[in-house]
Amino acid sequence: MARYFIRRVLSLIPTLFVIVTLSFFLIRLAPGGPFAREKAVPEIILQNLLKRYHMDEPLWNQYVRYLGDVVRWDFGPSFRYRDLTVNEMIDSGLPISMLLGVTSLVMAVVSGVAVGIVSALKQNKWPDYVAVSLAVIGISVPLFVLGPILQLFVGLRWKILPMGQWISTHGWKAIILPALTLSFPYFAYIARLSRASILEVLRSDYIRTARAKGLKESVVVWKHVLKGALLPVVTYLGPAFSGIVVGSVVVETVFLIPGIGRPFVQSAINRDYTLIMGEVVVYSVILVVANLLVDIIYGFLDPRISYK
Amino acid sequence: MKRSLVVLFALLSVFALGAQSFVMVNGAEPVSLDPHAVEGVPEHRIYMALFEGLTISDPRTNRALPGLAESWSFSKDYKTITFKIRKGVTWSDGVEITADTVVKSWIRKMDPKNAFQYADLPAGYIAGGMDYLSGKAGPEALQIKAVDKYTFQVNLVGPVPFFPDMVVHYAFAVVPMHAIEKYGDAWVKKENWVSNGPFVLSDYVPQEKVVVTKNPKYWDAKNVGLKSVTFLANEDANVGYNLYKSGAADWIETVPLELISEVKLRSDFHVAPEYGSYYYIINVTRKGLDDPRVRKALAMSFDKKALVEQVVQGGQVPADSFVPPSTGYTPAKGYAFDPAAARKLLAEAGYPDGKGFPTFSILYNTSAAHKKIAEFIQAQWKTNLGISVNLVNQEWGTYLDTRSQSHDFDIARAGWIADYLDPSTFSDMWITGGTQNDGLYSNPRYDALIQRAREISGAERMQALMDAEKILIDEDMAVLPIYFYVTQNVIDLNKWEGWYPNPMNQHPWKFVRPKK
Repeated sequence: MARYFIRRVLSLIPTLFVIVTLSFFLIRLAPGGPFAREKAVPEIILQNLLKRYHMDEPLWNQYVRYLGDVVRWDFGPSFRYRDLTVNEMIDSGLPISMLLGVTSLVMAVVSGVAVGIVSALKQNKWPDYVAVSLAVIGISVPLFVLGPILQLFVGLRWKILPMGQWISTHGWKAIILPALTLSFPYFAYIARLSRASILEVLRSDYIRTARAKGLKESVVVWKHVLKGALLPVVTYLGPAFSGIVVGSVVVETVFLIPGIGRPFVQSAINRDYTLIMGEVVVYSVILVVANLLVDIIYGFLDPRISYK
Repeated sequence: MKRSLVVLFALLSVFALGAQSFVMVNGAEPVSLDPHAVEGVPEHRIYMALFEGLTISDPRTNRALPGLAESWSFSKDYKTITFKIRKGVTWSDGVEITADTVVKSWIRKMDPKNAFQYADLPAGYIAGGMDYLSGKAGPEALQIKAVDKYTFQVNLVGPVPFFPDMVVHYAFAVVPMHAIEKYGDAWVKKENWVSNGPFVLSDYVPQEKVVVTKNPKYWDAKNVGLKSVTFLANEDANVGYNLYKSGAADWIETVPLELISEVKLRSDFHVAPEYGSYYYIINVTRKGLDDPRVRKALAMSFDKKALVEQVVQGGQVPADSFVPPSTGYTPAKGYAFDPAAARKLLAEAGYPDGKGFPTFSILYNTSAAHKKIAEFIQAQWKTNLGISVNLVNQEWGTYLDTRSQSHDFDIARAGWIADYLDPSTFSDMWITGGTQNDGLYSNPRYDALIQRAREISGAERMQALMDAEKILIDEDMAVLPIYFYVTQNVIDLNKWEGWYPNPMNQHPWKFVRPKK
């Protein structure tokens, strides 16, 4: 187990190396640069800027310098936001995006699995139809529609919850609407996923055996069905986690949340090379680590898997 | 007892009224809080709260009002300006501001090592500025000096009668050099903050908000009517509008395009002419477009009035000239909508009914608004001239690169909002080889007039600028004017006073207060 874990962590290094190298050169292929403006920057100032950010050096030198910095977890100054380094921006935004993401994911998993169980056990009865319709809505309504609708009613009309801004301004209630919005499509997908896999497990031989042994239905469901049926859900959690942290861009914009999603999108528009790179590295780490955690949880749920 | 309660209540209500907090939706996240490092409109609004330059913007006209300088005077030839610094004015930490602080601040702005954007604005007008900025000479080349503790003198490159108006710009900011020397780049952090404006920094959450509170050390603090101002970082017009409607914001300066017909009906919606121009750049080196007759035909064959009323719908002003009108400046006449005359011109140029005219394209940066405008013009040109035009949209960075670096376009959408209140900010763009001259226009007579305007002043100077625009538009039609921008603010003026619609959309915070 420990050896497996170490091997997986070490495999992060070549993965990140490839990601850093590819993105370093790819973003520089895009037309324009960090200092392009509608009011064009005069040549004199442009030269001074390029010098300041070492962009007057050959690309290869810049790459080696950048690799060295990344190893020390130093992403350098943002080309756009002069008061902040990329590390400072990530340090202030990442916990916020993580908190929002984790809250949304927990909400999505708990409610999604619950709805999945109910609709599987009541297959083709009204609770099942309600759950399936809800899931279809959840998957098809985009966040930039759902968010403003919740804002309009809960925030503007009924004035129950704040329309925007984060905990620093409104306290904990600020997290409810954005988390609800962000979790909805994930809730819907998890509900469908768990419903389908519970139905499949219910028909399997070992459940028939459990029932034949005369076990109570609740024991059959909680102990035997769920353990097997949750495997696909757990598999989905890895990409879902990174997706929910990355995908919070829309929610961060709609609800004015100072996370790292919004600056990520802006950084691409602004050609803020260092910020793009910093965020790409952070997201890659999140993705790889989330997948690793999923694989470990797998081992506990599925007796067929062992880590050697 | 009863009377004392009444007095207490009255006192409390006065206190509550006189101590309002104000929230505005400020657009993009500020690139910096250091006024020398900033660029852009959202940053300017924060600058006006935290700092006070030598002059500040008049809330009604945007002309210069005394700020840190209590007065100024020009030499007879308008080539030297002397500012009298207000005596005894201090930074928020109590350190006095003198003429020497101004000298050091301006040197910092133009220091090539600092690579500040907009450093070319002061450097282009102060004698010796370009030599220093380009590294050809040291700071001693800059012709600015502290004559005595409270007298600051500037030698200009020529007569610059609008210099006091220009000094409102943050590129001329006076910054706390003692704090910058002490903390370096970290001087902008909340805990090290020092400034001289009506407000000081009290909170900054990146990507969310900047909060400023009243500066008790401000020289005119007794006339500052707000307790605090919160600048929310949000670029989504719908989100901003909803915040305003919910009461969470007191002022928004962008309205959602899709809701413009709803917003227009509001009594707290204020449309006013803005000193800015929306236009199409013509690449005058392209075959077909290199003929002024063709360019005039293009200008005359789309109905700007219909465009503004039916497509843009925000109260914008149809423009036949490139430079917007201002005091003392009458723009070029240009060419009104006249499809018959346009067809005739096109025929004269060798393309009767558009036959044989090369297909060209309109380039714009991806946005629903620019797309609608381009589609309208495309359709009108097809109907009125019989020519076919393609539309090409590019993402912002790519578009800028195509427009300003490779110049690989036929016609490109552009907009220009003035940095300071003078027509030269528009006319300077089109000199041969100019940084902004993306259409590669060149006319020695135009260049000569612009150069001449830099050496003279008064009505004569304005006349030179007006004559130049006649060449640019009436003779050469080198750019296609479309409309003049308007400011679209939503703020309840029954609740707030000291805020006026104005041409630069600059609203100095010291004047904004709750209405009594």
